[in-house]
Amino acid sequence: MLSYFSKEDMSLSEKFFSLNFVYLFFIILIGAVGFLALYSAANGNLDPWALKHLIRFNLGLCGLLVVAMIDIRLWFKFAYIIYALSLALLVVVEIKGQIGMGAQRWINIGFMNLQPSEIMKVAVVLALARFFHLTPIEDIKKTLFLVRPATIAVLPTALVLIQPDLGTALMILMVTAVIFFVVGVRYWIFGVAIGSAIASLPIIWHLLHDYQKKRVLTFLNPESDPLGSGYHIMQSKIALGSGGVSGKGFLQGTQSHLNFLPEKQTDFIFTLLLEEWGFIGGVSLIILFAIVIFYGMIIAVNMNNRFSKLLVFGLIVNFGLYVFINIAMVTGLIPVVGVPLPMISNGGSAMLSVLFGFGLIMSCFVHKNIRINSKL
Amino acid sequence: MIEKKTEKSKEFSRRAFIIAGIHAGIFTGLAARLGYLQIIQKDKYKTLSDKNRISMRLIPPVRGEITDRFGVPLAVNNQNFRVFLTPEQADDVKDTIKSLKRYIPISEIEEEEIHIRIKKQRSFTPVMVKEDISWDQMAKIEVALPYLAGISINEGKLRNYPLRSSTAHITGYVGLISEAEITKDPITSLPGFRIGKTGVEKSFDNILRGNTGRIQSEINASGREIRELKSNDSQNGRRLSLTIDAELQIFCQNRLAQERSAAAVIMDAHNGDIYSIGSNPSFDPNLFTKKISNEQWQELISHPDKPLNNKAISGQYSPGSTFKMITALAALENGIVDRNYTVHCPGYSEFGRDRFYCWKQSGHGWVNLVSALEQSCDCFFYDIARKTGIKKIGDMAKRFGFGDKIGIDLQGEASGLMPTKAWKMGKLGRKWQIGDTVVAGIGQGYIQSTTLQLAVMTSRLINGGVAINPRILKSIDGIDTKIKREHVLNIDKKNLEMVIRGMEAVMTGKKGTARKAQLEDKEMHMGGKTGTVQVKRITKAQRAAGIKNEDLDWKSRHHALFVGFAPLKKPRYVCSVIVEHGVSGSGSAAPLARDLLQETQIRNPADPNSSIVTK
Repeated sequence: MLSYFSKEDMSLSEKFFSLNFVYLFFIILIGAVGFLALYSAANGNLDPWALKHLIRFNLGLCGLLVVAMIDIRLWFKFAYIIYALSLALLVVVEIKGQIGMGAQRWINIGFMNLQPSEIMKVAVVLALARFFHLTPIEDIKKTLFLVRPATIAVLPTALVLIQPDLGTALMILMVTAVIFFVVGVRYWIFGVAIGSAIASLPIIWHLLHDYQKKRVLTFLNPESDPLGSGYHIMQSKIALGSGGVSGKGFLQGTQSHLNFLPEKQTDFIFTLLLEEWGFIGGVSLIILFAIVIFYGMIIAVNMNNRFSKLLVFGLIVNFGLYVFINIAMVTGLIPVVGVPLPMISNGGSAMLSVLFGFGLIMSCFVHKNIRINSKL
Repeated sequence: MIEKKTEKSKEFSRRAFIIAGIHAGIFTGLAARLGYLQIIQKDKYKTLSDKNRISMRLIPPVRGEITDRFGVPLAVNNQNFRVFLTPEQADDVKDTIKSLKRYIPISEIEEEEIHIRIKKQRSFTPVMVKEDISWDQMAKIEVALPYLAGISINEGKLRNYPLRSSTAHITGYVGLISEAEITKDPITSLPGFRIGKTGVEKSFDNILRGNTGRIQSEINASGREIRELKSNDSQNGRRLSLTIDAELQIFCQNRLAQERSAAAVIMDAHNGDIYSIGSNPSFDPNLFTKKISNEQWQELISHPDKPLNNKAISGQYSPGSTFKMITALAALENGIVDRNYTVHCPGYSEFGRDRFYCWKQSGHGWVNLVSALEQSCDCFFYDIARKTGIKKIGDMAKRFGFGDKIGIDLQGEASGLMPTKAWKMGKLGRKWQIGDTVVAGIGQGYIQSTTLQLAVMTSRLINGGVAINPRILKSIDGIDTKIKREHVLNIDKKNLEMVIRGMEAVMTGKKGTARKAQLEDKEMHMGGKTGTVQVKRITKAQRAAGIKNEDLDWKSRHHALFVGFAPLKKPRYVCSVIVEHGVSGSGSAAPLARDLLQETQIRNPADPNSSIVTK
């Protein structure tokens, strides 16, 4: 098809059969849990969320397969372009958002509202993986050399911060940090970074929006304002705790079905699930996520080129961050920052972004024996 | 190159392993957090969850009915058809009210109030539009309901007092609960709950109100009921039977209404049953069960004769000559004088420089105790009072119920006043004078008593000196309340007989002050004592000019009192009467008491078989 494809090119059927179907199975399993959760969130109805989720998930799966079939070298080639486009979209929503008098984080693209910040989470990993693909280890040990990759992360972080979307900003920074870590950046740099982050906390606090400050304060003491901003987290803990070991039973969750639990179909879907399935269900779900994450890491380590290694690892860490932040948030371990549970929460952008990521992981897996010519 | 690559690859794997380890740690941490919330703190959150979802709705009990001693209803619960509007179900609230106006009148003020209430409540909570609509109106709305979206009709209860003003001071009335009256009893928080405000309704409110039922139901976050979980039935209030005889009460109230302002008590000297307690003017208690209009309220509270007051227990007057029996007993019991003691009455008595007049200017001549009571000679009592002293008179008075609340189960009882030397010094800062004792001997001066106290006094005189107390509650749910066995006052029976002979002479003696008021039927003959109390001092000029008291303006006329009992042969029924500004006890109070005692004896409510007569 394309002239620069070498003789190592695989046929489409070869590619399809070299897919990691076990991994795919676990991804689909998570999506199915999401379907059940949204079915329950609507009191046992397909409308308004479960059916849409099913359609979106299937469309996403098709997208995943398409992405997986596309040659890894093409992704390598377009990594910076995808990053640049995502950055441009972020600027667009920022401008549009300002015109629209509020924190608008999405662009309407007809069938769904696209959040460029979700795409950016993947694009940053792509760009960084490409950047570090051929970087010699000596360069990485040079502190000043890190300015350029750091800029790749800082630009989108700054843009999402002014939206403001604290959750996404933190995720981008953390993924970047993990990539820096695995490419071999010296340990002391992380020490300095964490140190200066703590030192700058007062400044960050000053820059936070009132509602964000309130979330942090509420997090520190949710009982202080049980009907106001502490309501979310209080009700979430009540739902979780009252679920007990074995849960109240599918569709039997009182907290969620009587509407005490807010945003039960989006950010607090994990709570809804655990109210009905209990501790056993919760641990099972965590194990399912753990399988996908650790399996993904094993895939990353076994990649033959640096780009794929970094890409798979970065995307897996990104996925893991969604899971950690969401669960920690709904269980009251961290403040509410508005991060969905991937492939389970209702909402298109996050799921598409995550499935796009898995598509790229699959592409790496399928094309693991293809060498990337950096001259391309 | 290859070496370097593997070096880089090894570094990657090593560091990836560290990251994986961190991930494993986080996963463990999250699972532990779930374990903490869902296993260790399970009970705490389970309780909170139930608190969230379960709401208690109260079912109002039906208030207990009140009847007279024979079962004649005094306070009942009438059907109360109420129209409700559920804003959520109405397409347009204003339109709905407009359509509703075709069937029931709704004033602009009412409409405004409805809109205010709708704004305050959640849209699925019904708002009461109108209550106590007629059967006809209800039927018409019922038919039109399909066209009145959001309207519903519900049957509640409305307290009704069928005898209206005749029993207003006994039953009292219920009204919407005030902030201060709200207690821990959940019933008090029911919307529209009415609490006893006065009378028996207030005294026995706890028995009458009953217990609320509860419906536990599951609600959602916005408070809407999803389903019923369990319910406890409400326990209706208990039925009270009073000692009152309703027909006698109506008679009494009607008879009192012939005077501008008067009160009376009819009671049983042996068991304390109050057969009738009347006060005129009265009011219709049904005004209060609904919303009383401001004009009606103003009219009631600004009325000079105070219709809301039960004068029989709250009105305090000097007992006047009705007190003379106490003075006589105090003198006799303390051995100050004997039963044959006589005094000469020239029309006045002199103590030091002060001259005290007898009511009869020409004087009574020689009088003994019986004839002094018969003619109500003041001089005789001036004399024995001075000899006995205020201390002993006061002690005797207290034994007969003066100077303190009797303790009847009705609101607003006054305690009266039995003055002592210490009281005068403390209250007025002046020394007790001999003259104070002298006027106290004829029930004037500082002494104050209620009509109820006079009835109690008379009861204790004629029942052989038993300290009987009045009671108004006969039975609860048909079970008679126990009659307290009262102590005996230890008065010499002969002395009591003397006094009663005097009271008999008042009615039957040739010179008896109330001989004209004696009943015709000999079997029903009564005994009694008149009392006339100065409201304003008679000036010398008036005395000289011979101005009659009835010629003065109403407010300046004497109060007329009377205490009586019947039948003479077997005394049982006691009656005490006050006619405010009734000029004289013999002229207005005695005839009134006579009529009451006659009716009482005809009806004979003490006879357990007399209920047959009623039915």
